[in-house]
Amino acid sequence: MKLHPMISALRRHKAGVVLIALQIALTLAIVCNAVFIIGHRVERVNRATGLQEQDLYLVSQQWVGAPTGDDADSIQKMDAMQREDLAALRAMPDVASVTPTNSLPLLNQSWNGAMSLNADAKLLDGNARTTYYFGDENFVHTLGLHLIAGRDFNAGDVTNKGFRNTSEPAVVIVTKALADKLFPKGDAVGKIVYLDGSGTPSTIIGEVERLQVPSTGSWAGSFAWNATIEPVRLNGNSSSYAVRAKPGRLLAAMKATTPLLYKVNPLRVLDDDSVKSFADIRSDAYRADVGMAALMGVICVILLGVTAAGIVGLTSFWVGQRHRQIGVRRALGARKVDILRYFQMENLLIAGIGAVIGVALAIGLNLLLMQHYAMDRMPVLYVLVGVVLVLLLGQGAVFNPARRASNVPPVVATRAA
Amino acid sequence: MGEGPTGEMHSVFGYYFDLALRSLRRNNALTALMVLAIALGIGASMTTLTVLHVLSGDPLPGRSGSLYYPQLDPRDGHGYVPGKVEPMDQLTWIDGMNLLQAKRADRQALMTGGDVAVQPDNSTLDPFYEDTRFTTTGFFPMFGVLFEYGHAWGDAEDEAHARVAVISSRFNDKVFGGGDSTGKTLRLDGAAFRIVGVTGDWHPNPNFYDLNRKSYNEDEGVFIPLSTSQDLSMAHDGSVNCWGNGGAGQAPDHDSPCAWMQLWVQLDSPAEVAAYKEFLVHYSEQQRALGRFQRSPNVRLRSVMQWLDYQQVVPDDVRLQTGLAFGFLLVCLVNTVGLMLAKFLRRAGELGVRRALGASRRALFAQLLVESGVVGLIGGVGGLLLALVGLWLVRRQPAEYAPLAHLDPLMLLATFLLALGASLLAGLLPAWRACQVTPALQLKSN
Repeated sequence: MKLHPMISALRRHKAGVVLIALQIALTLAIVCNAVFIIGHRVERVNRATGLQEQDLYLVSQQWVGAPTGDDADSIQKMDAMQREDLAALRAMPDVASVTPTNSLPLLNQSWNGAMSLNADAKLLDGNARTTYYFGDENFVHTLGLHLIAGRDFNAGDVTNKGFRNTSEPAVVIVTKALADKLFPKGDAVGKIVYLDGSGTPSTIIGEVERLQVPSTGSWAGSFAWNATIEPVRLNGNSSSYAVRAKPGRLLAAMKATTPLLYKVNPLRVLDDDSVKSFADIRSDAYRADVGMAALMGVICVILLGVTAAGIVGLTSFWVGQRHRQIGVRRALGARKVDILRYFQMENLLIAGIGAVIGVALAIGLNLLLMQHYAMDRMPVLYVLVGVVLVLLLGQGAVFNPARRASNVPPVVATRAA
Repeated sequence: MGEGPTGEMHSVFGYYFDLALRSLRRNNALTALMVLAIALGIGASMTTLTVLHVLSGDPLPGRSGSLYYPQLDPRDGHGYVPGKVEPMDQLTWIDGMNLLQAKRADRQALMTGGDVAVQPDNSTLDPFYEDTRFTTTGFFPMFGVLFEYGHAWGDAEDEAHARVAVISSRFNDKVFGGGDSTGKTLRLDGAAFRIVGVTGDWHPNPNFYDLNRKSYNEDEGVFIPLSTSQDLSMAHDGSVNCWGNGGAGQAPDHDSPCAWMQLWVQLDSPAEVAAYKEFLVHYSEQQRALGRFQRSPNVRLRSVMQWLDYQQVVPDDVRLQTGLAFGFLLVCLVNTVGLMLAKFLRRAGELGVRRALGASRRALFAQLLVESGVVGLIGGVGGLLLALVGLWLVRRQPAEYAPLAHLDPLMLLATFLLALGASLLAGLLPAWRACQVTPALQLKSN
């Protein structure tokens, strides 16, 4: 098929051609970027925390009238209350294991600092940023972390201290990400590090494969996998416990927790949010991302629909306008399939022009978004898939009007318009 | 049509309107498509624009202009590039107290957020946590807090570390079943507080004075003197930024290198603002001389709206959604231009006849624009309905700002202007193209 007559025919419909091409270009630019954002959000939501999330829940509570001082006596009293809670939770029939903890991944309450290879470094001079988790010898297996080197904490490693006490522990377990940052040779276990500019050394005794920081915010993105676990029970007037229920017994264990803790010590406050499954923590953390992805998806679908409808509308008009010419071509020997092809080719040509402009717009829009929102560069694949998609959309939309055109009988040529 | 220019205009418009309706009814599918495209575009744009409008609103209209937020930079030299680094978002306890006690503004209040355990005497209610504000007496008159019952506490109570509390009306309903609860006792973290006031309808949005907890729809139920909260080591809730070898816990030490306090001041004239800024610079120099500060004075004094802007309180996602919706509207418009072009050109014959019968190009143009305006109006009504549905969906989202998403009269007006403007804009090119018909040619070919 020759393009020349097609182009000269299109010259007579400049406005229409420009409009369809523009619409396709804009649609391509918006849909590419929207799909990229969707992909980004989905990837974010699906990344693994490093925890075995099933059967895990968190209990956070606050004592009322507990000692508030930083003196040794108050600290030991608060520690005794915490150990009493831990013992009671561990004795529950539906519970497999329990650890005290200050936070969990995705909880968005964090204690962050920096780890350094040198003593007395300034906090922000530290070699690697890290978040801190505080737990006891049950922390690693309660959370279901994978220990890949060294050893786990034992009961002898565990100490306790007040919230405001800045002394550092003798031993720590770190994530592989953090270990590799500090010791690129992969020999972190047994090495000495200094936490938060402290002068006292801490020894890395173990490495876990993966453990996400509590914060899902973009500010923590640079150290999302750098975590340090300290074998310390933190004592304050509140405490949190991560609890692993026996398989399938999550709900039963959660239900029994509040009454049990009130029985152990009634002078405390637990509210509706105090006993929370990890599944709920996860869905709370990513709710906005899921909502945004869904909205983008809906807009994309409607956008493609509107564009398709626009193509159908304009092409139908052209077919109606060229009714007589089509008849003449048919009378001169063109087959039905030639007419069909003609309109399909014409659409491909217009959509192709639109797609070329659209690629430029899509990349421009991506650059704009990178400048104003913390957005990454869009991989070329998204644009290519987008181009194929809009070309297919054009072909799909033009098919029906084109088929109607091909059904115009040759006899039309002999009639007056 | 002999009633003078106005009457003539009016009846001509009516005639065009009638023509428009007839013509629109002739191509039902095409008309429906145009109306739908405009309605979808307008609906999506208005939904997101309304959310954006609500979220970027003024939390205290009439007052916010004279409220300022002082910022200092007490950090050490690490990572300091003079002129390039913003000061800290909050103040340390020491600086907060110093600025508060200097009393250089018309009014001032030092504050921070807390999380306090409430033990109701009412045995049907379990103990619960309440978001609490630890603050000083200036908070209430400065922010124009309305009182349903009682009043704020005074300087004397701040100084005496008195166990007094102001509660919100929501909290009053929950714990005391409403009514005048002043004089009643409230148990917070195990200590007994006397209620001195119950606030009325006062819900600044965004929660400008402390953006560390929730930016929108924060609903603090209890307000107690800052001094008292520190006596009882009540749990702090918000952000704590430490530097040097600072450590922090639930209630940071008063002398630790940590910033966790907010100070707001009321300055009624530009001269006072300039003087206060001068004072902050002077204070920084003084602290540097004392060896507490290490950087040269790095201060800011932002107004409420400047502070909200600097903190980028409107979520990125909301701005992104608004941009997306307007992109969508643009595509819908281009689509409508195309469809209208098809529609108008298809009527070349009819228009040619009208031209041949003496109608001017201007008259045809006006007639076609009326037609696209009618499409815009119908699309606008559809868009409004879609926006109402959209906002209803937004309100069902779990986002903290969700309950605020309501259409206001301004946005209602904007919807119609946008719809009408958009469709007239969409009608311009097609109407102009259609008017170019040569009357004789059209008559001949028909």
